[in-house]
Amino acid sequence: MKLLTLNFLTCAVKTCKSSPAAFPLHPRDATLQVVETELNLAFLKNMLPRLMWDELRVVADEVCGFLLSFPPPCFPCFPFPPTRSDLVVGGEAGAAATAEGEEEVEEVPSQTAQDLHRVLLETTVHEGKLVCGNCGHEYKVMEGVPNFLLPGHLV
Amino acid sequence: MSRPEDILPPDLFYNDSESRKYTTSSRIQRIQNDMTHRALSLLDLHSPSLILDVGCGSGLSGEILSNTEEEGTPGGPHVWIGFDISSSMLGVALEKEVEGDLFLADAGQGVPFRPGTFDAAISISAIQWLCNAETSEDSPLGRLSRFFGGLYASLRRGGRAVCQFYPKNDEQKKMVSQAAIKAGFGAGLLEDDEGTKNAKTYLVLTVGGGDLDGDITGVVRGMDGVDVMARPGAVRGAKRGQEAKGSKVWILKKKEQMERKGKVVKANSKYTGRKRRVQF
Repeated sequence: MKLLTLNFLTCAVKTCKSSPAAFPLHPRDATLQVVETELNLAFLKNMLPRLMWDELRVVADEVCGFLLSFPPPCFPCFPFPPTRSDLVVGGEAGAAATAEGEEEVEEVPSQTAQDLHRVLLETTVHEGKLVCGNCGHEYKVMEGVPNFLLPGHLV
Repeated sequence: MSRPEDILPPDLFYNDSESRKYTTSSRIQRIQNDMTHRALSLLDLHSPSLILDVGCGSGLSGEILSNTEEEGTPGGPHVWIGFDISSSMLGVALEKEVEGDLFLADAGQGVPFRPGTFDAAISISAIQWLCNAETSEDSPLGRLSRFFGGLYASLRRGGRAVCQFYPKNDEQKKMVSQAAIKAGFGAGLLEDDEGTKNAKTYLVLTVGGGDLDGDITGVVRGMDGVDVMARPGAVRGAKRGQEAKGSKVWILKKKEQMERKGKVVKANSKYTGRKRRVQF
């Protein structure tokens, strides 16, 4: 399961619906896996305003401790939420050029975009569990598939 | 025709052998492929989006979502998150190494994502399973309302969802679409090959107006071969025999009825069916 998904996932238990602590779910005893995929700049731009940065950081920090396959510096520490122009090499100048209707330039993803892609779409939780900060319910993750089936009394 | 919903609950029906059969059958693959493309054309996506696949099964529809624009997926490649209740189906999906994230979850228990997560949602041949409840403490209506309520919240404003399903009868069709409307969706039913054995029903749902002008029928505007049969909110003429009891029309009708039965009935005059004055 990608870290991107973890940035949207909340606890499924009925009583947690109204609690702010039910998001994000905290990964415990997680083993991570990096699955290389092609960078999709348009998708990153689309998702950017929807991401919750503080929560992403919390999850990334928690997960960092279990990182075995690659060293922690791969996790960029975002000093501020990047904007859409940060994702492209040339940044604002490039954006201005397209706005003025000059020739369509092939946009080149910047280092920030590559880091983001690595964190959000290539880093996946392979095994472990997700724990709700409110009710403490544990969702087991096996082979990258979390089990969200709930017993009847929690629905 | 036998309906698998009537035989066993989905997590038991789609066991290892049934899942494999389902995934390797070229006939099912072709049908699922067609339906996914139809659903995508209704979703009308233009850029790579985050999509929820409800009842993703072995990822037959998901594979199409991850295709690029050149391979025939409009706006692709999309990133998708899939749900299914059958672990065997998910096992097949894992073997195929599909690109989307998979969840073992029951759609009838809700959609555990924060509000405004998805650009769109798709569901191919799944939500008819929600019309069956397996335990006495659960009910089809409860399952449908939890599902649509969760789905409504997790879609962004202006997002769309297309659910293809096999309704057992008109009653079930109505139950599902009413549940969606209750959750706040703008809903419409699109039927392909209506009245034949190959009939396919698509429930098209919108959240907020988005860029739609007018009602739900705006989704199919400009599509070939789609007839709009009924518009939401269209005023239907009052049905025969629905005159208010005690009204003049009703009294005249009753008198005529009695006359036909051979009873003695007073002649009609200008006073028939009039209200008496208060002084009387």
